[in-house]
Amino acid sequence: MASGLTVAVRGLTKRFGDRAVLHGLDLDIAPGEFVALLGRSGSGKSTLLKVLAGLDRDVTGEFTVDGKVSVAFQQPRLLPWRRVWRNVVLGLHPVVGKDVALAALAEVRLADHADAWPRTLSGGEAQRVSLARALVREPGLLLLDEPFGALDALTRIAMHRLVESLWLRHKPAVLLVTHDVDEALLLADRVLVLDEGRIASEYVLGHPRPRELSDHIDVRTQVLADLGVNERATA
Amino acid sequence: MSVSTLGAPARADSAPPSLTVKKSRRKLPDLRRWISPLVIVALWQIACETGLLPPDKLSSPWTVLQSGIELAGTGELGDAFVVSTTRVGIGFGIGALIGIVLGIVAGLSRWGNYLVDPPVQMLRTLPFLGLIPLFILWFGIGEEPKIALVALGVAFPLYLNVHAGIRNVDSHLIEATTALGYTRSERLFHVVLPAALPNTLVGLRQSLGVAWLSLIVGEQVNASSGLGYLINNAREFLRTDVIVVGLVVYAALGLATDAIVRLVERRALRWRAA
Ligand SMILES: Nc1ncnc2c1ncn2[C@@H]1O[C@H](COP(=O)(O)OP(=O)(O)OP(=O)(O)O)[C@@H](O)[C@H]1O
Ligand SMILES: [Mg+2]
Repeated sequence: MASGLTVAVRGLTKRFGDRAVLHGLDLDIAPGEFVALLGRSGSGKSTLLKVLAGLDRDVTGEFTVDGKVSVAFQQPRLLPWRRVWRNVVLGLHPVVGKDVALAALAEVRLADHADAWPRTLSGGEAQRVSLARALVREPGLLLLDEPFGALDALTRIAMHRLVESLWLRHKPAVLLVTHDVDEALLLADRVLVLDEGRIASEYVLGHPRPRELSDHIDVRTQVLADLGVNERATA
Repeated sequence: MSVSTLGAPARADSAPPSLTVKKSRRKLPDLRRWISPLVIVALWQIACETGLLPPDKLSSPWTVLQSGIELAGTGELGDAFVVSTTRVGIGFGIGALIGIVLGIVAGLSRWGNYLVDPPVQMLRTLPFLGLIPLFILWFGIGEEPKIALVALGVAFPLYLNVHAGIRNVDSHLIEATTALGYTRSERLFHVVLPAALPNTLVGLRQSLGVAWLSLIVGEQVNASSGLGYLINNAREFLRTDVIVVGLVVYAALGLATDAIVRLVERRALRWRAA
């Protein structure tokens, strides 16, 4: 599949025992494209991310990923026995100098925490370190699995801005898994809804950035309906 | 709401005094804690001088001190110290190696766990000090049975703690570092072993305690040198002062090794203190 795509998935199936969590899934992501993936809890979003990250090879179907892959999870998953800057360069082989880590930390505005132990960071700070660690490898594909899910609302807004600016600067393809429809509509070029093991619906968002929450009201209603939420019933 | 507003100032009030107490205690020991030990030693001395405690039952602290100085002067105490410490050192080294290697094998591989863990768990239930008669038959009465006893005592606590430490490694960290491209051996050295370190150090402290205990028991049974020999020999001549000197040295050695491990702990686990 020499398609010029960063991600090309055809007929991907993943079974746990008898149950197919992903069932003949197709997905394309262009270089530098920001894609948000929504879906009910248990619909297989994390499973798909793990497959793309190479963490789960027990699948059928075809897929190619072009370039390096980085993952940031809902929890920052820093090694508590490594100082912050060493956690940032964890992914680099051979181990590179501190200046690289400091530059990456400066991008998430944490350069002055370089020598701290991860335990001493707040949740939002730790998550920013995790982002720096993912970006420092210059990935072609950045996989984000609910990276803001555990953060408070204010921190989350700041993180949206941060992620958008980092994405604009480095331009990796991004696949962002989230439960937050508004987050998806603010950040993504394209919103996908995963259901029954496939991409059930897809919305291309044209609005220029930075966006407002009101920019895609129509899409919002549709996406919520896809996810089984009927807005009129609650309004 | 009233509860929380009441609770907060109360806590704030009580915090500063307890902090200052802690600080001053670290700088110079609280002298009040020395009162009762000193009284006890004084009573002991008086009991000996009045004849209440005859010297063949227990010598006076003063006599013990003098004998200690004398034994140190003749070099007897120094020699015994070296012999006993060497036994513990060798036994500990062998036991620690066995315990740690088996713990890693059983912790890392499924088959290692199936094959190694059951026999170790079974052996663990044996009262290992009861193995002395067998050890004498197997190893004779030289250095070997004492070293073997120490090694055996050391191996179990280390095995159990290393094993548990490795089993409890956060699988999320394994996954995250795998995604970052870590190979199996990199994960072992940079994730699994550091994660198991706190448990391992707990095991180290336990095993050092057991090591000294095993040595003391081993040396009581038969020895022609070392602290145990010093004590046993003294018993035959009713020299309770020498016995107490030997006990004090054992205690000091135990405390010293424990302090070393705590020092290592504080340095190696700095990331946890924060
Ligand atoms: N290791 C596993 N063994 C068996 N079943 C699994 C395993 N991992 C995931 N599953 C199942 O696969 C389904 C999809 O899980 P996944 O974690 O991908 O969901 P998700 O879409 O990320 O959900 P959430 O939004 O709650 O995070 C779930 O029903 C889950 O129970
Ligand atoms: Mg998930």
